[in-house]
Amino acid sequence: MTGDTVVSVRDLRVYYGTRRGPVRAVDGVSLDIEAGEVLGLVGESGCGKSTLGRGILGLLPEGAVSDGEVLYGGRNLVGMSPKELRRLRGPDLGLIFQEPMTRLNPLMRIEDHFRETIKQHEPSLDDRAIRSRSLEMLSRTGIPPTRFRQYPHEFSGGMRQRIMIALALVLRPKLLVADEPTTSLDVIVEAQILSILADLRQDFGTALLLITHNLGIVAEACDRVAVMYAGEIVEEGPARDVFGEAAHPYTRELLRSTISLQTKELHSIPGAPPNLIDPPPACRFHPRCPNAMLVCSSKHPIERRLGAPRRVSCWLHGPVHEIPEDGTIPLEREQIAVAEEA
Amino acid sequence: MTVAVQDERAAPPDEAAIVSIRGLKTYFPIRGSFAQRLVGREAGHVKAVDDVSFDLRRGEVLGLVGESGSGKTTLGRTLLGLVQATEGSITFEGEEITGMSERELRALRRSMQIVFQDPHASLNPAMTIEQSVGHPLKIHRLVKGSEYKRRVAEALETVGLAPADQYMDKYPSDLSGGQKQRAVIARAIILNPVLLVADEPVSMLDMSVRAKILELMLNLKHEFGFTYLYITHDLATAKFFCDRIAILYLGRIVEIGPSAAIYADPKHPYTKALLKAIPEPDPRRSVPRDLPRGEIPDAARPPLGCSFHPRCPSAFEVCGWETRDLRDLLELRWAQMGEERFEAERALIGDLDALDTSSPRARIPAGKDSRGSDVLAFLDSARVESPDEPLWRGVRRMTAAGGHVEVEFHEPVTPRLLPEGNVSVECHLYDEDALREAELRRAVTVSETQRGGSPRPSDTAG
Repeated sequence: MTGDTVVSVRDLRVYYGTRRGPVRAVDGVSLDIEAGEVLGLVGESGCGKSTLGRGILGLLPEGAVSDGEVLYGGRNLVGMSPKELRRLRGPDLGLIFQEPMTRLNPLMRIEDHFRETIKQHEPSLDDRAIRSRSLEMLSRTGIPPTRFRQYPHEFSGGMRQRIMIALALVLRPKLLVADEPTTSLDVIVEAQILSILADLRQDFGTALLLITHNLGIVAEACDRVAVMYAGEIVEEGPARDVFGEAAHPYTRELLRSTISLQTKELHSIPGAPPNLIDPPPACRFHPRCPNAMLVCSSKHPIERRLGAPRRVSCWLHGPVHEIPEDGTIPLEREQIAVAEEA
Repeated sequence: MTVAVQDERAAPPDEAAIVSIRGLKTYFPIRGSFAQRLVGREAGHVKAVDDVSFDLRRGEVLGLVGESGSGKTTLGRTLLGLVQATEGSITFEGEEITGMSERELRALRRSMQIVFQDPHASLNPAMTIEQSVGHPLKIHRLVKGSEYKRRVAEALETVGLAPADQYMDKYPSDLSGGQKQRAVIARAIILNPVLLVADEPVSMLDMSVRAKILELMLNLKHEFGFTYLYITHDLATAKFFCDRIAILYLGRIVEIGPSAAIYADPKHPYTKALLKAIPEPDPRRSVPRDLPRGEIPDAARPPLGCSFHPRCPSAFEVCGWETRDLRDLLELRWAQMGEERFEAERALIGDLDALDTSSPRARIPAGKDSRGSDVLAFLDSARVESPDEPLWRGVRRMTAAGGHVEVEFHEPVTPRLLPEGNVSVECHLYDEDALREAELRRAVTVSETQRGGSPRPSDTAG
């Protein structure tokens, strides 16, 4: 870690227009991602984590509106023209998707994928140079040079994801967003891919935003973790600290409900993530929170620093002077029916 | 090699077993070219399930665990008669069900039901929850009039969709993933089945919901005494749920036994790798590095000997080394070196596709400007550079001749599922005969080497 901030996200909002009203998928998120670090972004499905990843890269679908700042190299990517953004994508910003097969053109050889990618940004490079740069990147992801001229269908799922990573990294981007890069892969192949990603960011100083629903992956592969709930970051900090002692009840409950070999008993979070058209008022987690107090249903929590690198948005951490009288009385919750869950 | 094999295949069905599977094979023909089909020739088979035997005891939860492509889903579907068995026997409550007609099977399906992986795809979007859940009652013409509604409501409340009135008229699109999976389970239990096949019932669901569905299934088991076949790729959820575990690799059971034994002391190198690869939410752990290379191979062309041998860190002489493995090894080597060195080494060898066969004898053609002796010298240096590479243990002899090198591997020995402690495991590491055989072959290789033959660089080159 060099400590240089690659991307600063400030109060980013991404809303999707629907007939029933705007879906507030990302609602006031601030984040810094530093060179050479892996930041894990976790949350349940529908919490806005993929939208945040795409929002940072300016890759939002039509019908999405974004506001706020994504500062990269002194410039705000929000509101930048598609043409300028396209120029940044590749040499500066990269993305790896979940389904590698759908992102490779079945009619193009691997060689042609690389040529197209490199030519787009460095048109002066000759074939010889393109080939050696591609082969170098492929060898780092474990793809033999003998297979450079093959087609996507000739590779297994794990190999295709390796190729996608090589393609994303061949232009040496400063920031790579990986959206559930191992979700469709088997567990042994998943571990192979994660160790490749870990090596590459160390070698190239690439900052990696790893979006996943799997807390096990975050624990093993990430330096820092940001926990997202209903469009907001509720806790952020070094993975070691957050997993050691979660500050936010949501993080704690999420950790407890993860089923791993160490799990001693089954646990789940009552209720379901809210609908983001009309999220609960104040703290969005309060209807499901075992620690909810009166204040949690009436006032939005204030972000608190817990030592320099950690922050949490939860009234359990104060500030006390902002909590109204009687605000700390435990909230009487309506019984959540079993069936109300996700 | 003939010893008394305590193979499950030969074992009589367990008295308490409600399902007994013996020597089950499910093969799918591969469609060849148009011309091949015209003359009625088949292009071979995918052996999705290849000689599997086990018993399922009443009230037990058996986990069928494997990666995608291991044949676990096909095995579950064959058991339910949704796919035709190619060979072997399945008895359900003493009755042979392979070869049954669709009509006979339908009657049987009152007792065996399935829960699929994707709850979004397993409910008809045009049917209300009441219609979907009550559909089996209609199909089997079991109830009349008001009884129908009562049974549907009862099933919904049993799975936690209560009050049932709230859900009867809803459509699947109105429900969340967890609720849909509950409705699917309600449909599966409404006929009071004996056996439930659950094919990855929680893998599409969020972590926060998985525990709830697993708990529901466990409660149902205690309440109604269901027997489960739990098909999954996830050893972590299986640990919670299963009394016994069968690990499947490329259509075969490679290890089977009580859960406690499998998790405490996995025997097969594949089981060990699967357990090690599961990510733990513990930041003191980092991504495991010492995992098997590669991926599960194509079931249309399974490896010789033990199917896991190309990826196995402990493979040795008799595990089934073959020509293709040599190609993989060379490519892996080339993926780890610079372009220049790769080009130089690659030029030594002719057509790599010549190695793409499945045989314990390889003929490696020399390149345009090289000779067999150059190729042999190269292979020998590669061997010296990676002495721990298991493949080299499988090489019996390498001889250079004119324009090629002959590589002879030790003959494969087919692994057998043998008892080892509390479990049964199909691995040569636990098979005395195979170990002895390997010892013998090692002796042969050494003496040949001492007589001046290969594997050292030889002067037999033309």
